[in-house]
Amino acid sequence: MKKVPVQFTLNGEEKAEFVESGVTLLKALREKIGDTSVKAGCQQGTCGSCAVIVDGELRLSCLTLAERCGGAAIETTGGLAHGEVLHPLQRAFNEGFATQCGFCTPGMIMAAKALLDHNPQPSREDVVEAISGNICRCTGYEPIIQAILAAARANSLSAA
Amino acid sequence: MAMRQGRGVAAVNYPTGMNLGGDPTQALVHSTPTGNFMVSLSSVDLGQGMKQIMAQICAETIGVPTDRVIIDTADTDTGPHCMGTFASRGTHRAGNAVIAAAKEARQVMLEVAAEELEVNASDLDTDGTGNIHVKGAPQRSISIFDTALAAHFKRGRSISGRGMFLIPRSYPDAETGAMKPSTCYAHACTVAEVEVDDETGEVNVLTVKNVFEIGRALNPKMVEQQLVGGSWMGISHALYETTEPYYPSREHGGRDFNEYLMPGPGDLAQTEVIVLERPAADGPYGAKGPGEMCANPQIPAIANAIFDAVGVRIDTLPITPERILRALKANGAEDAGTVAH
Repeated sequence: MKKVPVQFTLNGEEKAEFVESGVTLLKALREKIGDTSVKAGCQQGTCGSCAVIVDGELRLSCLTLAERCGGAAIETTGGLAHGEVLHPLQRAFNEGFATQCGFCTPGMIMAAKALLDHNPQPSREDVVEAISGNICRCTGYEPIIQAILAAARANSLSAA
Repeated sequence: MAMRQGRGVAAVNYPTGMNLGGDPTQALVHSTPTGNFMVSLSSVDLGQGMKQIMAQICAETIGVPTDRVIIDTADTDTGPHCMGTFASRGTHRAGNAVIAAAKEARQVMLEVAAEELEVNASDLDTDGTGNIHVKGAPQRSISIFDTALAAHFKRGRSISGRGMFLIPRSYPDAETGAMKPSTCYAHACTVAEVEVDDETGEVNVLTVKNVFEIGRALNPKMVEQQLVGGSWMGISHALYETTEPYYPSREHGGRDFNEYLMPGPGDLAQTEVIVLERPAADGPYGAKGPGEMCANPQIPAIANAIFDAVGVRIDTLPITPERILRALKANGAEDAGTVAH
């Protein structure tokens, strides 16, 4: 199949790949670039485990064509930690026991990051709305909601 | 036509594992040359925290910090035998096997340390931070690191242990049918409050208050995590989950897990979880299995709460709006919903 060149930044780093026309961003990130922090769940836009941030907006990478991401700035959980220092959301998920089997965690964290980037002090309802496209089958969601609220509180403390 | 509230209560006894054919689990422990301890198991960690709990049990028994223990559950073809991670049996069965293996390894470790320190092994104790010392004389000590090096390179000893835990098969009494299918039971009680729309049959779970008696909570935070998730799954069993809504017909069944309904983040009941610890006589450090038990009492509690709210007994799961409306209609409520037959 015909391959097309695509260039974007992934977590601030420039990437250039030849991808088959019609390949999803999910597949390009995992199989071409090797960023397996992005999880392939339902691959039909229902479970949210593949969620990434594209130019500041939350996107399902399983429904996004890689070739449409030319020039975009893409963020994944793979780029959140600085060395050993975890992102406040990662820390809150860890300390709040908001992950069990872990498969939904990257998508949940990106959904939460997209929320906090736009709305640093969300209400509980805002958080529920933000993760309503993400399925978790272990935790019952409550620890995840609490972790996101805790990360928002930690952000406001460090900003003060 | 109104929203009607109801409250229901239910209590369960839940067996930890089952032994209808005999129920063994095997564990092997050995030290590396630098005094870390490898635990080989075939019991699987699928997110419930098996590795963490087994590391804690091994560390507690040998007398080393938890981070000195490595759990290897790699391969059921080549590893020690385990019946599997099911029936809430993991902590109880594998935990007891790990204790047996770790005790044997600890004994060899103390024997090697005794030779190095020129004392009797029965006079030695561990300090839990990685050292072995003479009881009452902590200055007479050797690190576990040095003990392991001596065992490997000087004394030719294998600091290792074998553990097997078996609940033997229980046969029913020919006369009465009585038998002992399990040796250890966890308990739970749930009070649920619901709101039922008697026009649409929709149920909204308002609150779920649970008390769980689980033996000893070996890792309280992980236990809480499992109980909170389990309580949510219990609500899900009661009201949502099914593969064949019109069993045995496959009609209207979910085609994949995306269509297999569970409550979403916007459907959560206000949930309370209280843990009672009554250590089990045959549990590893008193632990029972909290895994499956925690998703059970919500189901009868919600069914009872629905009966309290609208006076219908639903005995088929899940308790869907359709089943409630049909039961209301059978109860004589002529105007209940408008269900097409």
